[in-house]
Amino acid sequence: MKLHTQLLNDVTAFIWHEADLLDHKCYQAWLDLWTDNGLYIVPADLDATDYESTLNLALDDSAMRRMRVARLESGESVSAKATMNTLRMLSRVRVLEAGDDLVVVRCAQTLNEMRHGALVTYPADVEYHLRPGEQGFRIERKVVKLLHADSFLRTVSFIF
Amino acid sequence: MSELIKLENISLRAADMVEEGRVHKALYSDPEIFEEELDKVFNNSWVFIGHESEVPDVGSFKTAFVGRQPVILSRDRKKNLHVLLNRCRHRGATVCEGRKGKTKSFSCPYHGWGYALDGELRSLPKPEEYDGVIDKSELPLQRLRSETYAGLVFATFNDAIEPLEDFLGGAKKWINLFMKQGGGYPLKVLGEHRFSFPGNWKIQLENTTDAYHFPIIHKSFISSLDEQAADIFDFLDGEGFVEDLGNGHSVMVMIPELTDLEENLDEPIPDRFQALADELAAEGRSDDEIRRLVRAVHGTGFNLNLFPNVSCSMAFFRVMRPVSASETEIQHVALGGEGAPAPFNRKRMRLHEHFQGPMGFGTPDDGEAWERVQKGSMAGPDGWILVNRGLNNLHRSPDGNVAGAVCSETGMRAAYRQYKAVMAAGEEK
Repeated sequence: MKLHTQLLNDVTAFIWHEADLLDHKCYQAWLDLWTDNGLYIVPADLDATDYESTLNLALDDSAMRRMRVARLESGESVSAKATMNTLRMLSRVRVLEAGDDLVVVRCAQTLNEMRHGALVTYPADVEYHLRPGEQGFRIERKVVKLLHADSFLRTVSFIF
Repeated sequence: MSELIKLENISLRAADMVEEGRVHKALYSDPEIFEEELDKVFNNSWVFIGHESEVPDVGSFKTAFVGRQPVILSRDRKKNLHVLLNRCRHRGATVCEGRKGKTKSFSCPYHGWGYALDGELRSLPKPEEYDGVIDKSELPLQRLRSETYAGLVFATFNDAIEPLEDFLGGAKKWINLFMKQGGGYPLKVLGEHRFSFPGNWKIQLENTTDAYHFPIIHKSFISSLDEQAADIFDFLDGEGFVEDLGNGHSVMVMIPELTDLEENLDEPIPDRFQALADELAAEGRSDDEIRRLVRAVHGTGFNLNLFPNVSCSMAFFRVMRPVSASETEIQHVALGGEGAPAPFNRKRMRLHEHFQGPMGFGTPDDGEAWERVQKGSMAGPDGWILVNRGLNNLHRSPDGNVAGAVCSETGMRAAYRQYKAVMAAGEEK
């Protein structure tokens, strides 16, 4: 098996960049990482494949992403204000598909959240559909499969 | 009314901690009271288990809880529904795991005892050692009394309790109205959101009949709506009301014009649903059907709070389970139409995702408030929680019930009156 280490490096650098933006609440810069048709999806049903015909925890097109960011930044959401910080680590990056106009990547993510003095951890499998371009990658699809999507989560006022 | 009460003078008799207009904060946090609630409220009332559409076929099942006790809702070979204790009669292991599914029977993984869909014990390995020891017909999965109204399945451990329809009483009219939001199709569960919060179940019970909080805690949700929709959610000064329906049930009508979704079908299509109307038109749906679906897509303009564990809340079921005095699990069950056009059900799911569930634009802020109520309930010495809003402005509804303004706490008082009656039952004065 031949690994495309250059591509692996490129996509890893990109998703680490995205992770850093989200942990540091640089939400406007995060919005710019997406294609116009991009979908941010956090499934409630881990067996689902047709997410638009399934109930998800989140299924955000560009309008919903902008609204989600506006909610987090507005100062109007008391739960967003109570979320102190998130700290996420991404590893186990694997390129599943390496096309000229689509790169599919899967990785493991552990997100830690500090809220009201309690540490909450969200392990997840994250799958990216990335569009390569002259300016680097753009996100066409990001699916965050929380390990405990099926059970009772705490409420979430940040972006996975 | 606001005199200080010394802690040592507070008796832990829960029924005494509910007065007309105020309840004591110990009801949120005392573990002994919680145990008493499991016994008297959850093991002794009609408790919501699920909706018929969740078990559509022979062999369909879903798991649920009555208080702390795991149960199975199953549909047998004759299509009858059963609510069974999820516990093998041999050594007590659960016989059914997972949220839902289809099966031919329930089999205990430990020693292989097998039960039919109606709970009857059918088979067990190496039966010789039981000859003359047990009678299989005496060892079915324990069956709870269960009854259904308009697709809502309830169960109870109390065989002597009144029939479900009598218990629902004045709520039935509102259940019937709620069921119209399939847009001409039977109501169907589309999926559910699950989350928990570190607080008492009664904080959640209060919330679904609390219009007062909406424009405050949900400001960020309202800001995400277009002007027309934001206007609809600006209901505190409107003609809405809260009505005490008896037996702990209440209805809070926030948007009176969305009470009956089969009326006013000739109203203009709101801007935010124009894309849906266009999509339905492109499918060849008639103008009449499009209007009926668009009017139903947002759900009803009211929350129907059913004591103790379910609310038919605008467009979804809010189901709650008490885990401990300070931990509660909640399900937000999304609804659509069985056989309804796909764009209609998709839009209903997107609307549900927008507000509900652990990542919606509404629930996390509710959760923050509930968590703070629980935290605040540790602060003393004045330990009373006020539910007296609107006591000065009550009237009789056309149905003859006590009613208050939309942001009154009439629904909370209705629930606590039932709570007090149930908790006092069987006690010596």
